[in-house]
Amino acid sequence: MSAPPNTKDSVVIRIRGLVNAFGDRIIHDHIDLDVMRGEVLGVVGGSGAGKSVLLRSIIGLNHPKSGSIQVFGQETAGVDAEDMRGLQLRWGVLFQDGALFSSQTVTENIQVPLRRWTDMPQPLMDEIAAVKLSLVGLPKEAGQLLPSELSGGMRKRAGLARALALDPELLFLDEPTSGLDPIAAAMFDQLLNDLKESLGFTVFMVTHDLDTLRDTADRIAVLVGGKVKTGTIATLIHDPDPWIQQYFSGVRGRAALSA
Amino acid sequence: MRNVAPSIRVDTPATLRTERRGNAVRVVAAGDWVTTETARLDPETRNIATTGAGEAEIDGSGITALDSAGMWLLLRMKYALDAKRVPVKRFVVPDRYTTLLSAVEREGLVEPVTHKPRPHGLNYILERTGKGTVLAFRQGYDMVGFLGRVTVETIEAFLEPGKELPFPGFINQIEETGLTALPIVGLLAFLLGITLAYQGADQLKRFDAQIYTIDLLAVGFLRELGVLITAIIVAGRSGSAFTAHIGTMRVNEEIDAMKTLGLNTTELLVLTRVLGLLVALPLLTFFADIVGIIGGMLMCDLELHITIPVFIREFKSAVSLNTFLVGMIKAPVFAFVIALVGCFEGLRVERNAASVGLLTTRSVVESIFLVIACDAGFSVLFSKLGI
Repeated sequence: MSAPPNTKDSVVIRIRGLVNAFGDRIIHDHIDLDVMRGEVLGVVGGSGAGKSVLLRSIIGLNHPKSGSIQVFGQETAGVDAEDMRGLQLRWGVLFQDGALFSSQTVTENIQVPLRRWTDMPQPLMDEIAAVKLSLVGLPKEAGQLLPSELSGGMRKRAGLARALALDPELLFLDEPTSGLDPIAAAMFDQLLNDLKESLGFTVFMVTHDLDTLRDTADRIAVLVGGKVKTGTIATLIHDPDPWIQQYFSGVRGRAALSA
Repeated sequence: MRNVAPSIRVDTPATLRTERRGNAVRVVAAGDWVTTETARLDPETRNIATTGAGEAEIDGSGITALDSAGMWLLLRMKYALDAKRVPVKRFVVPDRYTTLLSAVEREGLVEPVTHKPRPHGLNYILERTGKGTVLAFRQGYDMVGFLGRVTVETIEAFLEPGKELPFPGFINQIEETGLTALPIVGLLAFLLGITLAYQGADQLKRFDAQIYTIDLLAVGFLRELGVLITAIIVAGRSGSAFTAHIGTMRVNEEIDAMKTLGLNTTELLVLTRVLGLLVALPLLTFFADIVGIIGGMLMCDLELHITIPVFIREFKSAVSLNTFLVGMIKAPVFAFVIALVGCFEGLRVERNAASVGLLTTRSVVESIFLVIACDAGFSVLFSKLGI
């Protein structure tokens, strides 16, 4: 379901005062974060800074200690299964290594949500699966393969195709380019931009990859010391925080090189 | 089983209408052309009446929402009309969906994905039987090889002065496979003792020979049942754990990491488990023997009115030390079989989740089979030897 254009700048994800802690270790210390409709938000942070925990909290796989998370204006904590399902159908998640079901072919993987949540007859499902495969740039033959027979890049694309099966409004990506070679990573960035333009979804992306951030993200949220700082590369580059300084010095170096 | 979520709401249901204007067919699409609506639209879009028409037009300007599945249906209509020599002169979707249109259109007429046909028929049955047989033999061959390797490593570990047994791992295994199994082994042996005493007494009552229930219980438990029930529980409990643990380590590349660090995987993973179980299973068997006979003794006391002192006196005359030893001597053999099969299957796990489950199942089935087969072998052996 594509976004109606009149709600272009409404908030899709609204996080207020989020606290996550494992034992005594505080991961998120009262975080506030908004994700706007139609934008690509890149989330960065050091290892253990709680990027994945944040993502898992939003999609309901992790229960935060306190705070509120609203997706499409609906609280995700403590909702009943039915309401949660309503949300789940409006978002798609690409897990780090695709998380494809290993006993099913790529086609069957893509058709899992279609089979569960729509009344499509099998021939139409086969056509739709083919459309999704071509959208994510996989050859038709890949549909017959099992996840173990795919390369890392293909697995990510297949995972993306499954995440896009119900044409979600919101897409969660967990390190979409990790483990890919730079060329495959650049192609994935391009694919993401193309799909975003044609399907019009909002993206919440956890990543480490500076190139991906530069090429796809509209806004960046940095998790550092349990807090979050948002901005663009241009503004964050001037942030005094030592971690942020160190992180973006690579960009600065490259900018200097290309000048 | 279909279960369409009430939560996928469609604001304006999708509609499809065809009009004729001279020799032109005009297909008018409106409403929400989205994934949930496609099941309903699918047959309608396949049957557009075109008799006598020379050209066509697809007008989607009334569409309020469109996603890639809906776009596919519109495009499929266009391709179908074109193929029927009713060329589509005009194809309109709202402006905001033109990028989606070009994305779905880029590939042209995509063929539906095909599924690999599921094989069937006589040939397939024969092929499977043949494959299974070859696999079973190869597995047996490999297992003998593995047995040899473990034996050599075990002897080396004891004889070579430079080598040291991984002692903490060994103790840990005894705890995992022995100590923590005590409650379940005890409970089952106790229940088995009760059952055996009760059933035996019921039959022997007919000959007025209830006192021989004690003989039945003592000989049955010490020679066969105690060790067999223990071995079966341990195969289900620890054999499966060995396979699943080693298998998961393989999936995580931990075994490869150990190899590159120059560690001896057989010694670290297999030997600790084999030796641990070699100690634990006889101890468990001894425990099961005692608890089982106590269970039988209580049953005799309560139901048959054979008091405990009478029971003990009769028990002494019924069994000799040999009866006990015949049972006990099997325990280390069973332990070796269970640990060997568990580790062997674990090391054969491939790098996917399904493989761990498959081989764990196989490990349990194989070790229980081998335990019972060995037991039968022992019975034949002892009867030939006259023990």
